[in-house]
Amino acid sequence: MRYPDDVRYTAEHEWARLENGIITIGVTSYATEQLGDVVFVELPEIGVRLEALKTFGVIEAVKTVSDLFAPVSGEVLERNGALSDNPALVNQDPFGEGWILRLRPSDPGEYAKLMSNVDYERHVEEQHA
Amino acid sequence: MSTPGIARPTPFTDYHRALGAKFVEFAGFELPLRYTGDLREHQCVRSAVGVFDITHMGEYHVSGPGAGEFIHRMVTNDVLGMQVGQAIYTAMCRPDGGIVDDLLVYRLPERWMMVVNGATNAKDWAWLREQVPAGVELRDISEEMALLAVQGPKAELALRGHVPDAALELGFYRLMEGAAFGAPAIISRTGYTGEDGFELYFAPRHAAQVWEGLMAAGRPHGLEPVGLAARDSLRLEMGYMLYGNDIDDTTTPLEAGIGWTVKLKKDAFNGREALLRQKEAGLARKLVGFELDGRRVARHDMTIESGGRAVGRVTSGTFSPSLERPIGMGYVESALDRPGGILEVLAGGTRLNVRIAPRPFWTRGSRRS
Repeated sequence: MRYPDDVRYTAEHEWARLENGIITIGVTSYATEQLGDVVFVELPEIGVRLEALKTFGVIEAVKTVSDLFAPVSGEVLERNGALSDNPALVNQDPFGEGWILRLRPSDPGEYAKLMSNVDYERHVEEQHA
Repeated sequence: MSTPGIARPTPFTDYHRALGAKFVEFAGFELPLRYTGDLREHQCVRSAVGVFDITHMGEYHVSGPGAGEFIHRMVTNDVLGMQVGQAIYTAMCRPDGGIVDDLLVYRLPERWMMVVNGATNAKDWAWLREQVPAGVELRDISEEMALLAVQGPKAELALRGHVPDAALELGFYRLMEGAAFGAPAIISRTGYTGEDGFELYFAPRHAAQVWEGLMAAGRPHGLEPVGLAARDSLRLEMGYMLYGNDIDDTTTPLEAGIGWTVKLKKDAFNGREALLRQKEAGLARKLVGFELDGRRVARHDMTIESGGRAVGRVTSGTFSPSLERPIGMGYVESALDRPGGILEVLAGGTRLNVRIAPRPFWTRGSRRS
């Protein structure tokens, strides 16, 4: 499988990983391939409440810019501070060290509605068809 | 944007694919956007040498008695003052001063070559063909030309032994005909990066030998293929124009800050009267360079404001890999063109402060002048 199966996906190319009631979010390897080298990730403050499918920040690459969409609603618990010094982590390890935020989800049902890796791969293929 | 699915390959497309390039459609061609990464490819050109497939560019031969005079009337720069073996950068204007294209004119023995943008090739061809006088032969040779740009401080090292020694002695904007990697070629010391470098024009049937020869000769000097994304950040660091972004039919060379290509004292040429009038009346707007603090980028088509009033538009913007800050250009009311002046750009819901800065942004290139 091209995309890991331990996270769930949005049509906007974010991923979400649920561990111990906390959701970590990031952007997919497909997104980083489209963006090219990331030079800046604008993040919300800790404590901000995000709403599912609404924009919460931007990701600037050399060539282009993209809005970041929250996969699920929730309160920002943690931001990946390493990205401010090394935004290239998003390119190098999008599903790992390049994570963006950790959230406390406010509606556990939202996570279950996100795409599986199989559905996401199909979604990416359709975008290219 | 042209129709997806009909993008043409270049003679090098199989090599790009084998290298894992991500492609983009541009000027009707399928061209490499990037191979490994925009930053790496950019730095490769600034510090070593990169090769660009720019076969999408258009080329025309102009020959016959009056060929030089014809081009002289079509473009703003002084073509008749050129020597054989010289290249010149120029605008080509409409009678109202709007820019049809920006291009290179090469003076070769017994003929001239115009090198035009790929995206404007069809338009330029129609424009020129309807004005070409009897006795002047204008021929579109775009299909007969593969074009590679070899750019960077190590460009000369990468080519040494594979082009005539005389080619390595060429000054900036000089050219010669000679063998490159065994293929008959026009070898021109020109480029779009601010670095030393060469552009090699040759027949597509020689594409394999030139590409493979160049890769093998260049690798010890750090040569890597470079995509269009880095080509854009490299040219923007130099403040060079991108037709369709910074200049088009509705902008003039004077507004764009390439007035140095406009020789108002020369004989009649398309746009002369309009440009004279504009110069005498003063410019209502100017293309300015700007830089930003922080890392948010002001990008193409964003609105520029001053004191809450819209005063222009961003034409080009990128994160400058060399300067590690965002840079850009845009048209603003002339009165606002003050070095260090602060303007605002609307980036989505955010306002970015931009500071007017001189071009080129990058002044440490290896380009010969």
